[in-house]
Amino acid sequence: MTVTTPNGFSLDNSGQRVVVDPVTRIEGHLRVEVNLDESNVIRNAVSTGTMWRGLEVILKGRDPRDAWAFTQRICGVCTGTHALTSVRAVEDALGIDIPENANSIRNLMQLTLQAQDHLVHFYHLHALDWVDVVSALKADPKATSQLAQSISPWPLSSPGYFRDIKARLTRFVESGQLGPFMNGYWGSPAYKLPPEANLMAVAHYLEALDFQKEIVKIHTVYGGKNPHPNWLVGGMPCAINVDDTGAVGAINMERLNLVSSIIDRTIEFIDQVYLPDLQAIASFYKDWTYGGGLSGQSMLSYGDIPDHANDDSEANLLLPRGAIIGGDLNTIHPVDLRDPEQIQEFVDHSWFHYADETQGLHPWDGVTEPNFQLGPNAKGSKTHIQAVDENAKYSWIKAPRWRGHAMEVGPLSRWVIGYVQGRPDFKEPVDKLLTDLGLPVTALFSTLGRTAARGLEASWAAHKMRYFQDKLVANIKAGDTATANTDHWEPRTWPKQAKGVGTTEAPRGALGHWVSIDNGKIDNYQAVVPTTWNGSPRDPAGNIGAYEAALLNTPLAKAEEPLEILRTLHSFDPCLACSTHLMSPDGSPLTEIRVR
Amino acid sequence: MSSPISTSDTFYNHFRRHGISRRTFLNFCGVSAATLGLAPTMAGRIAHALETKPRTPVIWLHGLECTCCSESFIRSAHPLATDVILSMISLDYDDLIMASAGHQAEAILDDIRTRYRGQYILAVEGNAPFGQDGMSCFIAGRPFHEQLKEMAADCSAVVAWGSCASWGCVQAARPNPTQATPVDEIIRDKPVIKVPGCPPIAEVMTGILTYMLTFDRLPELDRQGRPKMFYGQRIHDKCYRRPHFDAGQFVERFDDEGARKGYCLYKVGCKGPTTYNACSTVRWNNGVSFPIQSGHGCIGCSEKGFWDKEGFYQHVTDTHVFGVEANADKVGLAAVGGVGAAIGAHAAYSAYRRGKQSVDQSAGAGEQTTAKATETESQD
Repeated sequence: MTVTTPNGFSLDNSGQRVVVDPVTRIEGHLRVEVNLDESNVIRNAVSTGTMWRGLEVILKGRDPRDAWAFTQRICGVCTGTHALTSVRAVEDALGIDIPENANSIRNLMQLTLQAQDHLVHFYHLHALDWVDVVSALKADPKATSQLAQSISPWPLSSPGYFRDIKARLTRFVESGQLGPFMNGYWGSPAYKLPPEANLMAVAHYLEALDFQKEIVKIHTVYGGKNPHPNWLVGGMPCAINVDDTGAVGAINMERLNLVSSIIDRTIEFIDQVYLPDLQAIASFYKDWTYGGGLSGQSMLSYGDIPDHANDDSEANLLLPRGAIIGGDLNTIHPVDLRDPEQIQEFVDHSWFHYADETQGLHPWDGVTEPNFQLGPNAKGSKTHIQAVDENAKYSWIKAPRWRGHAMEVGPLSRWVIGYVQGRPDFKEPVDKLLTDLGLPVTALFSTLGRTAARGLEASWAAHKMRYFQDKLVANIKAGDTATANTDHWEPRTWPKQAKGVGTTEAPRGALGHWVSIDNGKIDNYQAVVPTTWNGSPRDPAGNIGAYEAALLNTPLAKAEEPLEILRTLHSFDPCLACSTHLMSPDGSPLTEIRVR
Repeated sequence: MSSPISTSDTFYNHFRRHGISRRTFLNFCGVSAATLGLAPTMAGRIAHALETKPRTPVIWLHGLECTCCSESFIRSAHPLATDVILSMISLDYDDLIMASAGHQAEAILDDIRTRYRGQYILAVEGNAPFGQDGMSCFIAGRPFHEQLKEMAADCSAVVAWGSCASWGCVQAARPNPTQATPVDEIIRDKPVIKVPGCPPIAEVMTGILTYMLTFDRLPELDRQGRPKMFYGQRIHDKCYRRPHFDAGQFVERFDDEGARKGYCLYKVGCKGPTTYNACSTVRWNNGVSFPIQSGHGCIGCSEKGFWDKEGFYQHVTDTHVFGVEANADKVGLAAVGGVGAAIGAHAAYSAYRRGKQSVDQSAGAGEQTTAKATETESQD
């Protein structure tokens, strides 16, 4: 039966049902079911978050100064971004201003994450959707060298280098133990790269795996470790001392130099390896135009990277804030996270319970009570699911909506909003990439568009790291070494009741935390995260979410191989530990059991 | 007992022991070559490799977790993660990086379980919930705990990565809404090596794995099931700021004069004195720093139940973990001899609780001893 959703998509669940569970090369656990027509084209798509951890009830009654450490553990891939969102929410609630240096260091931490996470996503989570590893065994190292040198000045590009990589790969395959490459979709007609491009990409897969660990050392300098560096309500915990006794135990000249050298190398790697590879690979897939979904229709960004401390106005944010709805790219709507009418979450298709599931709730009023049950048309049993029933509850992800609209968030949303606002640092790189590839701007609204925006943003982030490091040093030179404001550190200085909201643009998109504080303790805590937006199930009106929309109308080369499904899902960089919602203080208490 | 990690064995020998003929073995090699789209001549080379020395298969499962352990693992500088994955182990299943998905991914589990019975390492990141019918974490439509138990049944040993798998970590903090349960409370008939931390240090993770491969044995564990080699001492014992603790020089508030001089963070909540981990020696991200060096106290992320032990900015002596009643001010302002007495009291307390073990081995003197760890030690 064919139905048309309010957000304009045609769904037909009559054909063959194909289940992909687990969806791999993502953070966390995700399941996708699609219906294929007789030509193997996707006509119905159902996205199911398959994990839930309940962190919000755990936060109730805790010290709000500790919340960053709990919420940071929502996700170890986008490590730090939840912590930053959390300290911002608490500072907003308690009216705490942070020093300028803390703002620069926080931006450096967030940009470090953007650069590293996007790089790892491209090579280690996404590339195998486009790159055939086994085909690389047929590559000519000399021709690979010529290809590499024609697109980049990156020095690791000699025929001997690629000969060594090929020999290593050959030994690996000949061992018969393919490790992470086992049972891949090698040889599929969906792969379009020549062997030389495949070999180059495999070489860079390995180089990127070695290099990404260097980028995060910036987190280690300022936050002590990565993953999960340390943060502080009121600023940053790392004191600055460049002059005096004890400088060795603080941020000193050696530490600043270390960060600076990492920034230089990060810019170099992204601009000379990541971006040229992205463009080279994309040039072979220009005909693969699928995966648009909500992009170009409904896109949302909260904005981030405040240039100056303590100013959340749109003009001060280097990543743009705004919403696009109805495909109208000429109007960027203002976004207010405090307005109860704007952001609401629905649960009628989610494994949660509301008193009235026809209505959505603003996060400050959020409720998250688990209610795991399958619909009447589900196949299998409650603990051995063969197929879910998408007309009933079918996901651990809630359905957030902005003024009732399902929205796509992420690098592409940020870059489209920045582009239509005419910001030069967004418009110029996009125009250059499109011109080089000979594609119109509408080509952005696709799987490849998401992947391209992420690459451009990695470069943008790396260059902005340089900007904030220089700003930090200039401020220190001007005599300001403050990194934390502890005037309101003690709970006795806080208002009895307070509410706050904190936001970031996480690598995967718009992230918000809403906190209520009562008598020095957390009374309610709600997080609406990027993958909640993108991985959203249907809502009471029948609107489908961004993953579901993007999968529609894509043909599969082989019904039994989910390569094209993975491509489009990966273009969103799913993060399920983030998305799967937390539990409200209203959730029923559960008795503890011990397994023996 | 015989080595649980049979690096000296080969796949071919394993085949033969199970009564499979050489002809069938070579046929398998031919099928493998064809499956990979390789020339038939490659079959002989695959056979040669399998007859010599296979890399130990590692099955890396993900339950309720945040993937910080995997992210840490790929940060390893020595050995490089690329070398571990390409040359040291055969990482046959890890849903974070594996190429295949869905049915093709799940088929690998059956395949490894059958072909490498008793020979693969089961690495577990995260834990299994039993709330919501176990379906608050499901994979391939089934509760994660089923997958975990099935793959544990035929493994050689279980490595419990991180605080989730070891203790439960953040989702098991009060009131544990999903009934998240650590691995050793579910798998009770296999050695479980706990590598706690949120996450563990990258080089500790690869160090433990390569120790098992290099020395063909399990690491020696403390009574909580942690390798003594990396979890044998408290962060406080080797902290470079320790002289400031002994001298009574403390950071009183963040970003004060003491903070800029690198004084001890004890009074702003550092849990180094009660946390067993290698952060102050191995340090993080190839030795760049560790939390205390970057100005924040240790939050004790490798300790059992650290989420529920007061706030991260509370003095640890207030929590009576030591069995020592002195608070930070008394300890800090005392003469060096006095501090020595306090630490000595702690050591004696540990020694008492742990029976015959010496003070030097007071590694892991925590609040709980588990039967599991004792079993593991006796097997080793």
